[in-house]
Amino acid sequence: MIAEAGLAALWLAAALALLQLVLAFAPAKLPGGTAPVRSVAIIQGALTLFALAMLMLLFVRSDMSVLLVAANSHSAKPLIYKLAGAWGNHEGSMLLWVTVLGVAGAILAAFSRRLDERTFAAALGAQGALALGFFGFLLFASNPFARLDPPAMEGRGLNPLLQDPGLVFHPPTLYLGYVGLSVAFSLAVGALVTGRVDSALAKAMRPWVLGAWILLTLGITAGSYWAYYELGWGGWWFWDPVENASLMPWLAATALLHSVNVLAARDSLRAWTVMLAMVAFSMSMVGTFLVRSGILTSIHAFAVDPHRGTFLLALLAVYVGAAFALFAARSGRLSEGPRFELVSREAALVGNNLLLTVILGIVFLGTLYPLFVEAATGEKLSVGAPYFNAVAGPIALVLALLIGVGPLLNWRRDGGDRLKRLAVPALVGVTVLLIALFVIPGGGLLPKLGLGAAATLAIASLLPLAGRKLRRTPLSTWGMVVAHFGVAVAIVGMAGSELTTKEVLIAARPGERITVGPWLVEFNSVSPAAGPNWTALEAELRASRGGGVAVLKPQSRFYSDPPTETNEAAIETVLSGQLYTVLGKPAEDWRWQLRLWWKPLVTLIWLGGALIALGGTLALGGRAWRGWRRRRI
Amino acid sequence: MGRWLRFLPVLLLALVVGAMVWRLANPPDTTIESKLIGQPAPQFAGEPALAGKPVLSSADLADGRPKLVNFFASWCVPCMAEAPVLMELKRRGVPIVGIAVRDRPADVAEFLASNGEPFERIAADPESELQLAFGSAGVPETFLVDGRGVVRMEHVGPIEPGDIREIVEAVESAR
Repeated sequence: MIAEAGLAALWLAAALALLQLVLAFAPAKLPGGTAPVRSVAIIQGALTLFALAMLMLLFVRSDMSVLLVAANSHSAKPLIYKLAGAWGNHEGSMLLWVTVLGVAGAILAAFSRRLDERTFAAALGAQGALALGFFGFLLFASNPFARLDPPAMEGRGLNPLLQDPGLVFHPPTLYLGYVGLSVAFSLAVGALVTGRVDSALAKAMRPWVLGAWILLTLGITAGSYWAYYELGWGGWWFWDPVENASLMPWLAATALLHSVNVLAARDSLRAWTVMLAMVAFSMSMVGTFLVRSGILTSIHAFAVDPHRGTFLLALLAVYVGAAFALFAARSGRLSEGPRFELVSREAALVGNNLLLTVILGIVFLGTLYPLFVEAATGEKLSVGAPYFNAVAGPIALVLALLIGVGPLLNWRRDGGDRLKRLAVPALVGVTVLLIALFVIPGGGLLPKLGLGAAATLAIASLLPLAGRKLRRTPLSTWGMVVAHFGVAVAIVGMAGSELTTKEVLIAARPGERITVGPWLVEFNSVSPAAGPNWTALEAELRASRGGGVAVLKPQSRFYSDPPTETNEAAIETVLSGQLYTVLGKPAEDWRWQLRLWWKPLVTLIWLGGALIALGGTLALGGRAWRGWRRRRI
Repeated sequence: MGRWLRFLPVLLLALVVGAMVWRLANPPDTTIESKLIGQPAPQFAGEPALAGKPVLSSADLADGRPKLVNFFASWCVPCMAEAPVLMELKRRGVPIVGIAVRDRPADVAEFLASNGEPFERIAADPESELQLAFGSAGVPETFLVDGRGVVRMEHVGPIEPGDIREIVEAVESAR
């Protein structure tokens, strides 16, 4: 019954999405204004949430008469992975996607009060149209509640790589971010329909963009750390198509976040902001399509089906095509808004947007280039890290420097007086660059330039606070400072670990001692270990560098359902970096393959990501607090 | 903003969707062809695999007749399943030579006695050296070598009854 209840809720929600679309664009004016559309959107959101809860309940109860549970779960699995297993597969993850879409629509309907009625109704209609297509996809091509008759005796288990706390948080966070952008998309469509692109639209859109952007930042950061420790390669970013698929919406959302501020504060960049809002969610759909269709070779190809890919591609083409066509038809009527000078905050933000867009273009082209080339010439090739680093890296560094400048400028026009303050950070940056160039041997130019740029930015990002009463400074300014400082921290982590990582790959006998960087690692033993649904060979390593001893236990794990081998890296985190150890295969005459890395500064990458997200949260919290107080007074 | 510029996103989208449709219609072929195809087979002087059987050396591969080189082992279960298919190929006049991977003469003799003996010559490969030289990943694996000793085709895994026609045709065309 649980499965049937979930399915019924989905059908009902789909019917309501259709109703929402019809009500929003109904030619006759309805009594009650937007109230009926709002109610429909809210009920639809509640129904999707109910359906997701039913699926999670089925997973918790290990109901093997449901195909999805039997194919992906196992009764011996820990409870948290049973829950997470609900979205660790194609159908479940699409249900999560649709649920987020429905709930976002409901929240928009319930709380947004800023917009004029017509624009708002059109936006809700667009949201209904989006939901309708994805409901269709779920019900006709990926029903998560399909029954299995006769029921299975036992489930097939979840891919062990996914049995990790990372899976519990990574997909929902990313999906919340991906789909949160759908609201920005719908609002942009609504505004184009009525032709009212103004600061009220920007203010309605801003919390959604900011919220989605925070979650995308967290999702990408967490995903990067998960890949780093779980896949056992010691790398944190692989320019894999699916990683790029999450980076592209983030880049677009970052640009949108800044342009929406310009629109809100100065009523400028109208057409551009609307376009970005459409591009951001389009990139989310492209990302979902790339992951779900598996058309690009990727390590993320966990659940792949080309037929479903066709359905998703059709949805993507219809929605994005319709939105872009609307833009082409209507954007000519949008006036440009107030002008600004070349030296002004607007200009700096336009620069930021241009650079982010160029990086987005580079990533997009690099990700799809192999596909274009093979379609055109039949030649197979792959695009990897060298392209992305060499092409996007320098632009990102220019952007990092611009981040230091922009916040010091006034809106509209600026005499450039405050730019003199940049002398100190510039000097520090050049000094750091020179030290890096002459002291650190090898390692390439880009990471060294990165250290210089990051040093400049780290100091420059704090300048907006200089001369202010810190307790009176608005939270949104604090947020900006923290996020910009986080960018500097992350760049130090990326560049620093690139320049200073030490790697040792060795076949060692128990009892041997290995030096890696400042660490002396003693290889003690290899012994068997067991968990709830796996057995493992576990090495014991005792690592020291002068002071105390850290015991590391990297494992080579064997999961029985489904039979899979994984490497569980053991990581020792200290203030200055991480010691990363992996146990490999047994070699001849009682030796074991060991891979050891000393990665100084590497933790700063994720710390920077967390700071960026924290900055966003401060800004969002500050704006919400101010809005709440204003309403109370 | 220029009029044409406003239609640029639509155009770009059409291009991207077009490429994706093409990819969905033509799923990627992820098999990687052996680098040995079109190259002369590796040079080797074979060791005897069992008493009384002619030994295979690389010179025998260039004797003018196209033939199959079959990597097998007595300890390999799929090889047992493949044996009748090899016998059928032999009956149809396809010359076959064997390389016994990591095996003992007594075991090879027993394997051939119970599963049939399709091989004209056999070389022993106790340390998998020949296997490495051919770039073979496991047993069974079969290479088609033409009369001049050039590798024409690689078949990974057991040859199944459904593959017989294709292989016979390939042998014919290698003449």
